[in-house]
Amino acid sequence: MTTSVQIENLSKRYRLGLTHTTSVRDLANGFAGRLIRRKPDTDHQPSERKGDHFWALKDINFSIREGDTVGIIGRNGAGKSTLLKILSRITSPTTGRVELNGRVASLLEVGTGFHPELTGRENLYLNGTILGMTRAEVNRQFDAIVSFAGVEKFIDTPVKRYSSGMKVRLGFAVAAHLDPEILIVDEVLAVGDLDFQRKCLGKMDDVAKSGRTIIFVSHNMAAVSQLCKTGVVLSGGTTDGVMPISEAIDTYIRQSSVSQKDGLFLIDRDEAGSIIREISVQQSGANTGVIRHDQNFDVEFSLQLPPEIGPTKLSIAVCDRFQKKIFTAITDLAGSRNDAFDPRPVRTLNVRGRFLMPGNYSIVAGLLDSRGAILDQHHHVCPFRIENVGDDPILSGGGDYGVVFGEHEWLAPSPTSC
Amino acid sequence: MGTMLPDLREVWRYRDLLMLLAWRDISAKFRQSIIGYGWAIARPLLTAIIYTLVFHFFVRIDTAPIPYTIFAFAGLIPWMYFSNSLSLVTGSVVGGGGMLTKVYFPRLVLPLSTVAVGLIEVTLQLGVLGLLMVWYQYVPGIAILCLPLFVGVTLLTTLAFGIWLTALNVKYRDVAMAVPFLIQTWMYLCPIIYPSSVVPERFRAIYALNPMVGVIEGFRWCLIGSNPPDWTMMTISMVAMIVILLGGMFYFRKVETTFADII
Repeated sequence: MTTSVQIENLSKRYRLGLTHTTSVRDLANGFAGRLIRRKPDTDHQPSERKGDHFWALKDINFSIREGDTVGIIGRNGAGKSTLLKILSRITSPTTGRVELNGRVASLLEVGTGFHPELTGRENLYLNGTILGMTRAEVNRQFDAIVSFAGVEKFIDTPVKRYSSGMKVRLGFAVAAHLDPEILIVDEVLAVGDLDFQRKCLGKMDDVAKSGRTIIFVSHNMAAVSQLCKTGVVLSGGTTDGVMPISEAIDTYIRQSSVSQKDGLFLIDRDEAGSIIREISVQQSGANTGVIRHDQNFDVEFSLQLPPEIGPTKLSIAVCDRFQKKIFTAITDLAGSRNDAFDPRPVRTLNVRGRFLMPGNYSIVAGLLDSRGAILDQHHHVCPFRIENVGDDPILSGGGDYGVVFGEHEWLAPSPTSC
Repeated sequence: MGTMLPDLREVWRYRDLLMLLAWRDISAKFRQSIIGYGWAIARPLLTAIIYTLVFHFFVRIDTAPIPYTIFAFAGLIPWMYFSNSLSLVTGSVVGGGGMLTKVYFPRLVLPLSTVAVGLIEVTLQLGVLGLLMVWYQYVPGIAILCLPLFVGVTLLTTLAFGIWLTALNVKYRDVAMAVPFLIQTWMYLCPIIYPSSVVPERFRAIYALNPMVGVIEGFRWCLIGSNPPDWTMMTISMVAMIVILLGGMFYFRKVETTFADII
């Protein structure tokens, strides 16, 4: 298979601060310097000063084969947008090389160049030509675009009277009917309603199946894993290159938790009074704030009991994003009179995979004595996120499906006798 | 040369975008105003009348046998096109920032489509000039056949200065502030209210370095066609224009990849 996109040693540097103002003084200095044929003093060149710069991308290398669908994932500020802008030729790299084989269409924004005073029809032509179609091509696709967007009735109405949903639909419809060899799509699915999002993903799937190369950026892991076979994880402007999508998502999840300090609740060593000292969320043996929805995970509680203490109960609850308890779990701890007394007990709660729906959760933990009095309590700590890693039929729509998957089965339809 | 100047073949591939952008600006411009295209006619006409009053009757600039109103109007058509378009072209790249940062297209399309916008007004104004000629019973000569040529030269001159200014304006926003002042001063360096024959002989070569001198002289010659222009001056103006145009293209090509980062 031939290479569709080849990226070599790609770096992009931005100047920090007010980038467009090369100040008049700098300009005058440079000009005066040139006039008296003085070599510019390299130590004081503003453009070379350390700390004035920011490398959005640093030494990126990878190649994409023709017909691949590649998901580019990474946290905010990891360099995804910069990479897309370079691939779409909007901006040029500081160093390195990009080779693109074939016609490129990039969709970094839906409805670029829409003018509110013009009608839907006029904007459709304008948007299509901005994205690189000729007028004849738009003519040919006109009916398909309009019906995909579902704006037949309003096509001769000025776009300023459109709802925002209609604008987005029209914008995506135009882009969806481009016929490029390489399609670059940014997080456009974040807008628009569910129904339309599904339609867009379906359309991109069609494009992918017809052998085109797709480069897709999204924070929506479900969409990425559904659409892409391979992925590139960007982190701080660097990447390890193309890898299978499941591996890429794992890498991304591992990275996102380390940095966010989620999935961990820690009492300082010298802070007295608290018996519950540490709570941590773990998956595959590592502390993390982001959990794959399809695999088991652990919540580990470490306590430090006072020397004189009766039998106690550790009572914990997992809460949803509205801080409503979803379920409670209780475990007994031996008192100091008991032989089994452990002054530093550790208890681990194992939660099944595919139990909590994707979303954000937190933990309430309390220690109760035998009469039910609260000895120590922490509310909504240790936030963690369940990430949809795809392939779950229930989650395919991406909507709100509650907080738990729920154990259920559909009974076989009973033969009715009437 | 291929990499030093903008890729004109690519611009040609995007010609539909160019036309649509021009057309978008035209229709958006006149859609909200009451007398619409009337403004295109009213402005130069009123200006020509006021100039006639001030410079012909008060200051007594004599352009006989050509009626002064026709003389002034014929000079005002290219000048007004140039001055209006220049302000618009200067802002074209910065104004297209929303598009520039979201999609790739040859950046030269922005200034090109903007210079095309003003041609509608030129057409309307030429019609008015025709009516003025009927009114004064003035018959133009055969040179009028050169008119399309000079409309083209006017456009190129505007483009020559425009691409410099619009590219510079991305980095130094002072440019947009300076342009209105520049235009105001510039007008006195062009033979609009006076014929170029009042310029002393020895200054004419320097005077003609202003490409608008050639443009206005040529425009007036083919519209009114009484005495042919000074061809030396015309040549100087054309060469100056071509040098500025090529320089502008070169500079534009050099900085266009940074536009999206700076805007």
